[in-house]
Amino acid sequence: MNSLKADIELLRFTTCGSVDDGKSTLIGRLLLDTKNIFDDQYASIKSTSEQRGSSEVDLSLLTDGLKAEREQGITIDVAYRYFSTPKRKFIIADTPGHIQYTRNMVTGASTANLALILIDARKGMVEQTCRHAFIASLLRIPHIVVCINKMDLVDYSREVYEKIVDDFRMFSSRLDVQDVQFIPISAKFGDNVVSRSSIMDWYEGTTLMFHLENVHISGDINHIDCRFPVQYVIRPQQDEFHDYRGYSGKIAGGVFRSGDKVMVLPSGFTSRIKRIDSFDGEVMEAFAPMSVTLLLEDEIDVSRGDMIVRENNAPQVGQDIDLMLCWLHEKKLEPGNRYILRHTSRDVRCMVKDIRYKIDINTLRRIEDEKVFGMNDIGRIQLRTTLPLFFDSYRRNRNTGSLILIDEATNETVGAGMIL
Amino acid sequence: MFSYRLDHLRELESESIYVLREVAAQFERPALLFSGGKDSIVVSYLAMKAFYPARVPFPLLHIDTGHNFSETIEFRDHWVQKLGMNLIVRNVQDSIDKGRVKEEKGIYASRNALQTVTLLDSITELKIDAAIGGARRDEEKARAKERFFSHRDEFGQWDPKNQRPELWNLYNGRKQQGEHFRIFPLSNWTELDVWHYVQKEKIELPSLYFSHKRNVFERSGNLYALAEFMKMAPGESASEKIVRFRTIGDITCTGAVESTATSLEEIIAEIATSRLTERGTRIDDQRSESAMEDRKKQGYF
Repeated sequence: MNSLKADIELLRFTTCGSVDDGKSTLIGRLLLDTKNIFDDQYASIKSTSEQRGSSEVDLSLLTDGLKAEREQGITIDVAYRYFSTPKRKFIIADTPGHIQYTRNMVTGASTANLALILIDARKGMVEQTCRHAFIASLLRIPHIVVCINKMDLVDYSREVYEKIVDDFRMFSSRLDVQDVQFIPISAKFGDNVVSRSSIMDWYEGTTLMFHLENVHISGDINHIDCRFPVQYVIRPQQDEFHDYRGYSGKIAGGVFRSGDKVMVLPSGFTSRIKRIDSFDGEVMEAFAPMSVTLLLEDEIDVSRGDMIVRENNAPQVGQDIDLMLCWLHEKKLEPGNRYILRHTSRDVRCMVKDIRYKIDINTLRRIEDEKVFGMNDIGRIQLRTTLPLFFDSYRRNRNTGSLILIDEATNETVGAGMIL
Repeated sequence: MFSYRLDHLRELESESIYVLREVAAQFERPALLFSGGKDSIVVSYLAMKAFYPARVPFPLLHIDTGHNFSETIEFRDHWVQKLGMNLIVRNVQDSIDKGRVKEEKGIYASRNALQTVTLLDSITELKIDAAIGGARRDEEKARAKERFFSHRDEFGQWDPKNQRPELWNLYNGRKQQGEHFRIFPLSNWTELDVWHYVQKEKIELPSLYFSHKRNVFERSGNLYALAEFMKMAPGESASEKIVRFRTIGDITCTGAVESTATSLEEIIAEIATSRLTERGTRIDDQRSESAMEDRKKQGYF
């Protein structure tokens, strides 16, 4: 049932699965059982299923997007899906499990509060599962749900389920993940997706839907360290607002109040917040992820790329950046290469100083003797920037700890970095 | 205790405002594509919020097929005045007169596809480097693959299989000379979010969205409005019905729905329980399964 309420919470999650583990079917099931499928959509997939000679309606058809995807029966690119219940609105970043898996998964994971990892009960943990868990931890997705799917094909066996749970726990103990839930499901028949399974009475946990609706997400945002990257300077050329000079942006961390003593980076000048403005009037308290406009008491030079912070709680300032990097492009990264680096609202140029190591994401071992990154490689590198960055560790703040690298010649986004 | 949590509409609003400010910061000559439909109305409203108290630093651009509802055009002119924005209009008729496109014939003739040529020509003529639109990912399967910042090559084409990855909220609007971007600030909004927002913010909309009497005729399950350039086939006949429009495009491609909803509350209740998708009334999407994808690759919105 679509929600009639206007004030519900937003949960962004990403789905990761391998080929044929039923990810599309699961998403179709979630949409269908929460009544987020329309009659014309259902009629269309029903007729396609019949055309293909299938006796059942293939729910996975609901998530096909591009013509090539329908023709090849695969997912090529991240697709975003939306559904809502009376409690929450959900945004699913549906990432393909095979080609360019890292690139797509990292993209989907970068904005997610929760990762949904699918495991085929018949196959158990496979290489891809390890990759997915690793990437979820690397991108610091705060919540992970492991759905052990196709339970109908293993006689809803508790032993099979528990073996997979043990295997996953064994692997994830080497990762930095906090909140992991396990749920045995059958996406095809709907067991434990939205409704409880009548067959798996040995399972005492919640359904997937219940978990998605109730997982506690308000602690996921940093409300401690005040960070305001200046995005755009607002200067109305009207008499009425003659001296108006507002610094607009989206709060990246902490809580700002008018009267707060603040410092502007890189200049180091200090001032007080005169007012926090928005179209709807003055805002008394502004926190992430609000978009607001700050006005300062003093006339100081502030422009896009600067950062407004609290004087007694400054981010790190520096030109030598140590980070974990996911490489997203065929053109290789090597020491000495130069890129454009975008971090918050700041663009600088940078050079690759050193490749410390790459990670074999199947074994989590470090590879220290390969000094080149190819597509989908992940590892630790060091960059030197032409101008200082104002940053926090990605662990502390996803907004001020993340960056992208852009190829100077092609303008393509080639790397995703998480500052250590 | 004060809760540091935004409800979903405020979070979506903040995200869209951030995207609009990013456009103003990263591009030299943006324009907001305005159709007179609720989505482009909401985007222009958000633009007003984003740059307040300054004026919105880019114009509205309307690609007029010449087959618009008169209510749409009246509303457009009123809205532009209210927002204090500049409006640029380019006409599909001019593209036809110049021989850039050829008018379709027959009872299914529509200028919907011809718009793309006029749009791309306008982008070149006005040197627009970022065209902002109200498209949402929940509308249609090809649109579900869109980025917030969507790159277009020098021919205005979209390459859906080879898009730039878009991570966190770090949008990369770098491009070569002659290329441009399509920007979709409402990417994460659903139809219902837009309606809830319209209600919450008391945003004005064209009267077409609300129930009214209109002469319509039925063709393959769709209700078309009767207009001078709409040709009926033999056997088709018009009658007066109580209808409203769920989406507004030009008359030739927008179907009406029978409805008695005259207020936002009634419309929201109707949509929340609707069993049909929003674009189910869009005849332009019904031409083939990949109608939207094919048009988008060519440069359509």
